[in-house]
Amino acid sequence: MQSCTIHVTDQEGKQHTLEGAVGWRVMEVIRDYNVPIKAECGGCCSCATCHVYVDDAWLNKLPEKHDEECDMLDDAFNVEDNSRLSCQLILSPEMEGLHVTLAPGTEP
Amino acid sequence: MHDTHNIQSSDVVIIGAGPVGLFAVFELGLLGLKAHVVDILDKPGGQCAELYPEKPIYDIPAYPVISGQELTDNLMEQIKPFGASMHYNQMIERFEKTDAGWRIYGDDGLIIEAPVVVIAAGGGSFTPKKPPIAGIEAYEGVSVFYAVRRMEQFRNKRIVIAGGGDSALDWTLNLQPIAEHITLIHRRDNFRAAPDSVAKMKALVMDGKMDLIFGQIGELHGDNGQLTGLSYKDLNKDIQHIRCDTLLPFFGLTMKLGPVEHFGLELHENSLIKVDTEKFETSTKGVFAIGDINYYPGKLKLILSGFHEAALMAQEAFRICRPNEKLRFQYTTSSSDLQHKLGVA
Repeated sequence: MQSCTIHVTDQEGKQHTLEGAVGWRVMEVIRDYNVPIKAECGGCCSCATCHVYVDDAWLNKLPEKHDEECDMLDDAFNVEDNSRLSCQLILSPEMEGLHVTLAPGTEP
Repeated sequence: MHDTHNIQSSDVVIIGAGPVGLFAVFELGLLGLKAHVVDILDKPGGQCAELYPEKPIYDIPAYPVISGQELTDNLMEQIKPFGASMHYNQMIERFEKTDAGWRIYGDDGLIIEAPVVVIAAGGGSFTPKKPPIAGIEAYEGVSVFYAVRRMEQFRNKRIVIAGGGDSALDWTLNLQPIAEHITLIHRRDNFRAAPDSVAKMKALVMDGKMDLIFGQIGELHGDNGQLTGLSYKDLNKDIQHIRCDTLLPFFGLTMKLGPVEHFGLELHENSLIKVDTEKFETSTKGVFAIGDINYYPGKLKLILSGFHEAALMAQEAFRICRPNEKLRFQYTTSSSDLQHKLGVA
């Protein structure tokens, strides 16, 4: 299966380089590697506890947010222009090298 | 707060009214055991009803697709014949050993005695999300509140309400007539709350009866827990200040292990309750844990695993509750006894 490498900065600033299969959600890759992430609804865009900041370089390269994701971000804190829910970012080959930072409120 | 003259009794107390707690009522009921179910939410269904009522679930046996709310409604229908007592808006704080089993205490005065306790608390107790603002703890319960228990408490206050969902809008509308002043702060001009509430709120703003601000709260200011104001970042990312003496943040609910942590049960990684895979009993005899909250080698956090665990737990619960009766394995398709209990015979 095709995979790509993503970089994740956790809530304490520690960097993790992870390998994720194309088609997986970024949240699932993070959870699979046991990097701390609450993600309590399990990936169905219902809790906002997988909130990440996308590295600026990637801001315009990702698929746009659906209304549901925008709505759910209302339950997140410190939302910025580069805020995304990582359960809504589905890995594609174009995301090779994606860098995200786990936002406050995602601690398990 | 606890009136010991009003102790209720049951065969089993189930902590948590999520799908697994509800199905436990069914499995216990088939064996003739009565259950009381306690949940911190105001409705049954747990995560399925609170987090994703509309979301499709695809891995419930025999349902190619079912929503969280439909699953909950179906389970409530399925357990109806067993007449379980449901206690909502109540969190179990502790339980203690008695001669007959356990005495279980809720945080709103509930006391139940039962030989068996079943913890089906999923990811723990649903509690309000707290904004990650430095020092907010000092204000909690004094001038920062995550729920409104008594509206009178907020009479003549200068209140800031944060959020864009139904809780934020409902409390804005309810408290506006009695508050000195209300400001609703939300991160964008788009609200998830019921459109009718949003329209009413906007009408109040038009009439100059309250303020609506777009932004996100940054810092709190005050002394000894008493808020005097707060700063927020507006849509231009400029920092602004508002004077207020009360803040009500409404950012939804999250699950915390809660009192379960202090029940004295053996835990796995400080967050899950260790059980055996024959009876799903914890390190304490007569106390069981089923569903997402338990841990055993090979555990999968699936609703269907919890259903299986409920069935096996019920067997041991019967042995504890009815030590002098023989446990007979029967099928609902053929047993007149079970069909009688189900009310279909």
